[in-house]
Amino acid sequence: MTALVTLPVLLPLLAAALSLMLTRFATIQRLLGLIVLLLIVLDAAWLLQVVDSEGPVVVQLGGHAAPFGITMIADRLAALLLLVSAVVTLSVLLFSIGQRITDYGRDTSSTAFHPMYLVLCSGVSLAYVSGDLFNLFVAFEIMLAASYVLITRRTTASRIRAGMTYVIVSLAASLLFITMIALVYAATGTVNLADLADKMGALPDGIQLGLSLLMLVVFGIKAAMVPLHFWLPDSYPTAPAPITAVFAGLLTKVGVYAMIRTQTLVFDHMESWTVLLVLGSLTMIVGALGAIAQDDINRLLSFLLVSHIGFMLFGLALFNELGMTGAILYVVHHIIVQASLFLACGLVTRHTGTVSVNGMSGVAKAYPLIAVLFALPALSLAGIPPFSGFIAKIALFQAGVQEATPIAYVATGAAILTSLLTLYAVGRVWVVSFWGEPSTPHPDPDPTDELIVGTRVTSRSMTTATGGLVAAGLLIIFVAGPLSGISERAATDLLDPSSYREVVLGDSAIAGGGE
Amino acid sequence: MFTINITMAVLLAGVYTVGFYLLMQRSLMRVVLGIMIIGHGANLFLQAAGGPPGDPAMVAAGVPENMVDPLPQAMALTAIVITFALTTFLLALAYRSWVFLGHDEVQDDLHDYRIRRLPRRYTKPDSLVGSDSEANS
Repeated sequence: MTALVTLPVLLPLLAAALSLMLTRFATIQRLLGLIVLLLIVLDAAWLLQVVDSEGPVVVQLGGHAAPFGITMIADRLAALLLLVSAVVTLSVLLFSIGQRITDYGRDTSSTAFHPMYLVLCSGVSLAYVSGDLFNLFVAFEIMLAASYVLITRRTTASRIRAGMTYVIVSLAASLLFITMIALVYAATGTVNLADLADKMGALPDGIQLGLSLLMLVVFGIKAAMVPLHFWLPDSYPTAPAPITAVFAGLLTKVGVYAMIRTQTLVFDHMESWTVLLVLGSLTMIVGALGAIAQDDINRLLSFLLVSHIGFMLFGLALFNELGMTGAILYVVHHIIVQASLFLACGLVTRHTGTVSVNGMSGVAKAYPLIAVLFALPALSLAGIPPFSGFIAKIALFQAGVQEATPIAYVATGAAILTSLLTLYAVGRVWVVSFWGEPSTPHPDPDPTDELIVGTRVTSRSMTTATGGLVAAGLLIIFVAGPLSGISERAATDLLDPSSYREVVLGDSAIAGGGE
Repeated sequence: MFTINITMAVLLAGVYTVGFYLLMQRSLMRVVLGIMIIGHGANLFLQAAGGPPGDPAMVAAGVPENMVDPLPQAMALTAIVITFALTTFLLALAYRSWVFLGHDEVQDDLHDYRIRRLPRRYTKPDSLVGSDSEANS
């Protein structure tokens, strides 16, 4: 059983090393990546089933007991996100391989892409199953270091500027993370999350608040929470479509996950947290307004990504069961939908040769299949019933109304307004770019980069990958019942972390540490 | 909990201040130096979080009360390796940027610049043509 927790971390890391040695055998390298990610999907599905029926699975690395050794733990939330992330990384890899074969032929291999992509997957998995703060930091660094390489690969003058912003902002956030760990350790003498939960309560209120706000800032930068979001719409659109898709789908959500995990487990929030409610509402509104002002379709989607991070923060800030369930559902829905939107967008720009919304028209008439692949996740993002976005949003609205404080009503209002603004933003793209007479494709503005190719060629595997991810988004509608069941149970676990502590520390440690 | 030595606290505050000041400069090289200095500050902080100095743990026989906490040292070591590797990467990136652009100024964002110019177009109605006006209305 314990191998199920460690495999999603170890397997891609070892495969990355192997992949680095296989750079001369392009086909084997591609198959290796696909097989490893497929195995992780199966592993995560099995893990989710085990965790849901038998409770959290814990691994104490090296056999050292909990507060001293390194703990890896998969509870319902971690297993669920592990599964969703694995599905997204697999589809994006398939898309990316398809794109590469279409553009450069079957035999050209890439030195950096496959190994780094696998390292990224390993980092994301490690972040989900980390049981202590320092290990979480290491997971973030593995993930970010791989993302630095992926975003600055094959740099051109325009990409280096955006890549630089991304790397420096992330590094600054990582250094704040180290500072936060130092402060937490100085105050409590432990970095194990379960152990921290016990010891944090004994500290004076002021110190607890300071540490919790510092964690909010650190993870807020990673999650692109307004006003710490400025780097995201700048840097994400400069990467090729599959890279942007996996970054948009996963990296910010790992930040949100870390926020959910630390704020529920370590700190005692008895009622809704006004600071986070205000920040969440601001994130929603600022992101949606930013999206409306954009002409570049990738930047528009990046602003929408920022805006919808606000929904998850809103759910978390309520600190009640319904809100937490909504936040978890929203994370699951958004990972899939945002990644599929960016992939569909990659298909669109390959045919039109431009990213400007005003520069293209008639996509729906010329390429009906691609138009459908864009429309379905776009409607889901806007929260039109019966798509997954509607299910997640309705849970959040209910939670906001149930809370029944003035600030919660304001935040719910902001959420409804943001849904409408999102609908307006994607509706505008649809009216301007997808309707009308097809325009002639623009010539490649910069042949040296891989960004806007305008080749008018898409291979079957690219469409299959996008279609698969869109189908996964639609599948949420059909498994909405079991999914909300799991999310609800995960939310209950989060709000009452005693079982988490017990599993990590063992019964004896609880008795000894508590007295 | 323990009380941190005042010299250490002042030193750390100074290092962080210098680092963040450099981080906000326009020159890329200063930004990189800023990151490096904050990195040193953060690693030093992690060290300081272990408490006052004492005997080495685990390598020699001694009284456990006099031993220093080894865990922050292990964490600091890991953090040092990570910041070292990423600083190297950052330097390579800065060099690449210098090769491409020929200078090391941090650039303005082209899209922000375009958006800043948007309102001016409303004052000149004849420049609003076709789909442009639809998008901005």
